[in-house]
Amino acid sequence: MGMTMVEKIIAAHTDEDRVRPGQIVNARVDIVLGNDVTTPVAVKEFNKIGVNRVFDRERVVIVPDHFTPNKDISSAEQALLVRKFAREQEITNYFEVGEMGIEHCLLPEKGLALPGEIIVGADSHTCTYGALGAFATGVGSTDMAAAMATGQLWFRVPPTIKFIYSGRLNPWVSGKDLILYTIGDIGVDGALYRAMEFSGEAISNLSMDGRMTMSNMAIEAGGKCGLIACDEKTREYLKDRAVREYTAYESDPDAEYEKIIEYDVSEIEPQVAFPHLPENTRPVSQASHVKIDQAVIGSCTNGRIEDLRIAAEVLKNNHVHPDVRCLVFPGTQAIYKQAIKEGLIDIFIDAGVAVSTPTCGPCLGGHMGILAKGERAISTTNRNFVGRMGHPESEVYLASPAVAAASAIKGYITHPEEVVR
Amino acid sequence: MRFKGKVFKYGDNVDTDVIIPARYLNSSDPEELATHCMEDLDSSFTERVEKGDIIVAGKNFGSGSSREHAPLAIKTAGISCVIAESFARIFYRNAINIGLPILISKEAAVNIEEGTCLEVDLEQGTIKDLDHNQTYTAEPFPEFMQEIIKAGGLIEKIKGEVGR
Ligand code: SF4
Repeated sequence: MGMTMVEKIIAAHTDEDRVRPGQIVNARVDIVLGNDVTTPVAVKEFNKIGVNRVFDRERVVIVPDHFTPNKDISSAEQALLVRKFAREQEITNYFEVGEMGIEHCLLPEKGLALPGEIIVGADSHTCTYGALGAFATGVGSTDMAAAMATGQLWFRVPPTIKFIYSGRLNPWVSGKDLILYTIGDIGVDGALYRAMEFSGEAISNLSMDGRMTMSNMAIEAGGKCGLIACDEKTREYLKDRAVREYTAYESDPDAEYEKIIEYDVSEIEPQVAFPHLPENTRPVSQASHVKIDQAVIGSCTNGRIEDLRIAAEVLKNNHVHPDVRCLVFPGTQAIYKQAIKEGLIDIFIDAGVAVSTPTCGPCLGGHMGILAKGERAISTTNRNFVGRMGHPESEVYLASPAVAAASAIKGYITHPEEVVR
Repeated sequence: MRFKGKVFKYGDNVDTDVIIPARYLNSSDPEELATHCMEDLDSSFTERVEKGDIIVAGKNFGSGSSREHAPLAIKTAGISCVIAESFARIFYRNAINIGLPILISKEAAVNIEEGTCLEVDLEQGTIKDLDHNQTYTAEPFPEFMQEIIKAGGLIEKIKGEVGR
């Protein structure tokens, strides 16, 4: 009996030849990640352990992105604590405001997340790097502290659910729509404790940006990780980025899956997840005429260059509806710069969009776009929980950049084809 | 370890955003976090909760964000134990790592009502409904996790190991 990708990666980081779902192992980790919200708690725990230095200063990555540029005095103090720790420990990969981006956009761009690696991050969307063929998973601050001190962490080897996406995508359908559709199908705990493996023709045809969007939301189905096998596209993406050598793993043909789920993507239209769960999905044609007050385009889910290109394509020669605030958050400085170079930022500003420096901002109801009581947003982010973007009685609808941009123009949830003919 | 307390009952998919909203994450002080625990789901929780009380919930408790602030807030608010049909995986890890007792029992999660008085025996994994004289048995933890729990959390366990 063969092994799945996640089993191979975990086994390669232990002294065992093979591991089995359910087994608990201590495995070496390649990267430990934290942000300005989770690192302060981790530093407190790290200091209790009694080691002086982190296990490897080049393998701890710290990105203050949630409440930065500092939103208030308390967040400034948290950011300061994190900065001091990074300096004391001489962390190579600490990214200050001006260099930083949203962590899950930044790490792949910097070549810090590589195929075959184990990456743990004190942030639930660490699963994004599954798109590069890494076993990447979110953990808590105490886990981060333990991993920083020892370079190891305990894992329960997950069973794998394989998803096969066949067929060709319809116009305006993206990785975001595929993952929303999947979560709508299996539910927010449909992959609880499981590894999700995304495969098939539609995944092969998807860009790296689109793949990262999919892996990013594995956690929204309860998944431990969302893996996509490394292929030519992955290697091409990593060619001038990878900071280390890497080994790619693929599932064996006779690997044992807990379940195999198949979708024909030609039947899928752009999706919208209604409040207050990402599983409340509907095709956009059944979501129209929901009035919105705000449209947010960005985040670790959809803040990459391809996302901004699609949003700009829709917004070009159009204008944001007078009753709507439209906000664009490029994921990193490099993405921001590329968007300027391609004229996307001009298109946004001409359309009446507010463009921000990279930050998590409104995605978690942090700052820069908080909703008032009763307000409604369409957002390219990943969660629409109660109070996620502000007041507990506000609402978030999740969708792709194309749908968010089209909705910003019309003032209600709209299929992009109604705006761009 | 034994606990006795009254039940706060919630439904499925209680996420970490309602357990502790992000607007309060500019602090990592457990006492401060505890004053906002469950605020967006049950605004009177912090007024009503007493030391030892128990949360009983449905499926996928603690879903969403990895914020350890969530189990910390629950623990600091005085909750002795969370019983659910299932837990989201990061919350599950975090609870074990920081020493917030959790128990998995579908039957208990379905049958136990708000306000009921419970007695929980963590070693035995038994949940006794004192008002209805009913006993439930929770799924036992794998040995490795029991070691973490016994050590008093992951940091205590590692301390012992790196000190060796
Ligand atoms: S963009 Fe949103 S989901 Fe992504 S890391 Fe930031 S807060 Fe979390």
